[in-house]
Amino acid sequence: MHPAPGRSAAVGVAVENVSLSFGAMQVLTDVNLAIEPGEFFALLGPSGCGKTTLLRLLAGFERANSGRVLIGGKDVSALPPWRRNVGMVFQSYALWPHMTVRRNVAFGLEERKIPRQQLADRVQRALDLVGLGALGERRPSQLSGGQQQRVALARTIVIEPDVLLLDEPLSNLDAKLRVQMRHELLTLQRTLSITTIFVTHDQEEANTTADRIAVVDRGVIQQVGTPIELYDRPANLFVANFLGVANVIPGSVSESGGRMMFRSREGDLVVPLPNGHRDIRSVVFRPQDIALMAADAASPPDKIRLSGVVSHREFLGGVVRYHVDAGTRAFVVEEPHRRNHVAVPPGAPVSLVLDPAHAVGVRD
Amino acid sequence: MIAEFRRHPGPAAVFFAVAAFLVVFLGVPVVNVVFVAFQDPATGAFTLVNFEDFFRTSLFRESFWNSIYVAAMTVVVASALALPLAYFTTRFHFGGAAVIQSLGVVPLIMPPFVGAVAMQLLFGRNGSINLLLDSWFGITIPFMSGLNGVIFVEAIHYFPFILLNVTASLQIIDRSMEESAQNLGSSGFRLFRRIVFPLAMPGYVAGASLVFLKVFDDLGTPLLLNVNKLLAPQAYLRISTVGVTDPMGYVISVILVAFSLLAMWAATLALRGKDYATVQRGGGGLARRRMRPSEKVGAYAVVLLVLVLVLSPHVGLALLSFGTVWSFSTTPDAYTLAHYHKIFEDTPEFVTNTVLYATLAAGIDVVLGTAIAYLVLRTRLPGRVWLDYMAMGAIVVPGLVLGIGYLRTFHGVEAPWGGQPLAAWWGILVIALAVRRLPYALRSCTAALQQLSVSLEEAAENLGAGKLRTVRRIVVPLMAGGMLAGFVTSFATAAVELSTTIMLVARESDAPLSYAIYVYMQSAAGRGPGAALGIVAVVIVALGAFFSHRVIESERRERAVLAAA
Repeated sequence: MHPAPGRSAAVGVAVENVSLSFGAMQVLTDVNLAIEPGEFFALLGPSGCGKTTLLRLLAGFERANSGRVLIGGKDVSALPPWRRNVGMVFQSYALWPHMTVRRNVAFGLEERKIPRQQLADRVQRALDLVGLGALGERRPSQLSGGQQQRVALARTIVIEPDVLLLDEPLSNLDAKLRVQMRHELLTLQRTLSITTIFVTHDQEEANTTADRIAVVDRGVIQQVGTPIELYDRPANLFVANFLGVANVIPGSVSESGGRMMFRSREGDLVVPLPNGHRDIRSVVFRPQDIALMAADAASPPDKIRLSGVVSHREFLGGVVRYHVDAGTRAFVVEEPHRRNHVAVPPGAPVSLVLDPAHAVGVRD
Repeated sequence: MIAEFRRHPGPAAVFFAVAAFLVVFLGVPVVNVVFVAFQDPATGAFTLVNFEDFFRTSLFRESFWNSIYVAAMTVVVASALALPLAYFTTRFHFGGAAVIQSLGVVPLIMPPFVGAVAMQLLFGRNGSINLLLDSWFGITIPFMSGLNGVIFVEAIHYFPFILLNVTASLQIIDRSMEESAQNLGSSGFRLFRRIVFPLAMPGYVAGASLVFLKVFDDLGTPLLLNVNKLLAPQAYLRISTVGVTDPMGYVISVILVAFSLLAMWAATLALRGKDYATVQRGGGGLARRRMRPSEKVGAYAVVLLVLVLVLSPHVGLALLSFGTVWSFSTTPDAYTLAHYHKIFEDTPEFVTNTVLYATLAAGIDVVLGTAIAYLVLRTRLPGRVWLDYMAMGAIVVPGLVLGIGYLRTFHGVEAPWGGQPLAAWWGILVIALAVRRLPYALRSCTAALQQLSVSLEEAAENLGAGKLRTVRRIVVPLMAGGMLAGFVTSFATAAVELSTTIMLVARESDAPLSYAIYVYMQSAAGRGPGAALGIVAVVIVALGAFFSHRVIESERRERAVLAAA
């Protein structure tokens, strides 16, 4: 597909100090975001965190109590939805059942009073782009879930929006189709190089598609970064726990001998944190960063060694996940599984070896 | 508050237009009626003396108790007809179920007063049935004597309200409820009395209170059966003979409204806190049993009897419309088309007036219903739910009361285009019919809009369509089924409405069918043409109902799949 003639360059989106409440319920609190032109940006968070509200705010369906939204540098806060040229794909697809696929896709162009011939061409091109060129005369109810999803996408991109908003676009598809559509979505986004904002509660979906992710919880942006940054250097407990599994050891940071040291609450663990600061309340170890050794194995130098007992284990295919009780703490440890590898049985005493270099200090 | 109106000038304008309509054509007339009832006719001061007068007059006292008796007994008789049918159709493998379920349209397509005279000829003292009984067994049964006649005719027409509501309730009771009772040793009538009926209570109360209301307020049936010692006929007779200034008509109106409210209140009270929707998703559905042969015979006998009763007004009316003379005989002496000829030759305006008025009234209802539904469900204008309450409030205002209110309110207002009072203009009758039937249309428009996912509209706005374009291109086409259903219900009931019509028809040339039927039926010679008009009314309404059903069904099938998404 060639970009349509006259297509303008991708634009950036900025959200500045936006707060929004429904009555007494605070939904968004002082949200700030800067999304680059052409970026594939994900809003990730649990349900009810405000991510969909934020997306609807960009589309103009919600009104902020304070703050503003800029699209391509222009303040659109006061514009109604139909003046924004921001294309949104709804979670339910919102295809109009009383119109054919073609009429659905043509709708936005008709509202823009595009001349008939050009309109027909653009509709056909959009349908071809999503692989539904032959199904224009069908009713939405005659299509499968994946096809409906494509129609919704075609209907939105045909108007050449400045920004593409996707509200949990894959949640209504079965697992296999979801992976396929994820890939197609990304390819399409790269082809059109259109700034895209994508709402999801599925970290895998966000990790595999997005250039950058904003993690949202209780109406507050917790952290913005690339998927790997978020996983390796979570800023706080919520992000650490939301993206993957985290072994959390609470404690505090203090300075001793010119070095920042983390000391566990029980006082039994001390971890040097070179870039640590006093806001840090815990250190986090990822399950694959902890080594499981026999109880009587020799301790490597500069490592922390804890003894414990395997309480139970889960075989996940590629890895074996052990739940280990070590005193009052419970750890999750993952070891890669290889054929003929004998897993440690539940009840077996083991040693856990933690490398301080893998400790990540996080705020609450 | 105000800012919301200022921010959305379009919806705000619609809001105020609808509010003004409801205030002028529902609020003011009703308040006027209540006002007059509590006003001293001489001084204009507040007083209870009118109510004292009312209860001191033995005629009114008798009418009052008669009305309560008739309404209550109708509920009893209607329940006796409805409950077995509801039980058979929902709990047994039973062939007649589809026929019984379609009885629900009977009260809609033919109100009781239309068939009342025909029922007199079939079941009256010298009617077909009693003539036969007398010649075979030497006995007669006073089906139609005095109050019995009103009870009999009303029960036959209105029992489907109980039937449909109870059936709906029975269908949502989980089979495990009854199976566990059976498992513990209960069966037959005890099972019905102790488990099934209590669980179906919400539906029964809803249906029974509706029947009570309809009968308590009904004017046409007692008038045509010449039973005048009831509240509604008394109010009508006072206003039409003594005049619009006589306070007794207003006192009776207030009593009618009070009883409407009371019945509604009692119904909600009876249902409060009783969430009987017991079906668990994925549960076993309904427990249908097979009948023993003897039970089967009994069940079919009951169903057949009820069917004969239900169809008797229609059959009687048809016989009457085609008969030459029908008096002191089981069937008419001979058959003729003369009555139909007469009504289409001499007075075609009755039919055209009816179609015109009912179409306009139903049109107004759908426009208002859509507007109110949209304001309530899709805007945040303050006070929008009050529009809904007010429009629904029309349901507790009997037609007679609204008619009296209109006479009182618009009698002194001169129409701007001619020297007649506004109350005598046919347009006022159309508006009164529209107000009366607005609740039906409003409910079905609201239901239609509720089923529409908001995201369908947001998608249109997102693609560049403003509010008005979205309503035109998305909302209205998708609501069309519900709007049509509302239109037809309003149309059908407006076409055969009598109690408001009878108050507001100023001259015969403006009269619709229902009024003409009433006038014709007064004299023995007019019964034939009156019955022919009745048949025409039934045909008009039934055709409308049939076609809308077809349209709605085909649309539903088309959209069923996507509606879930």
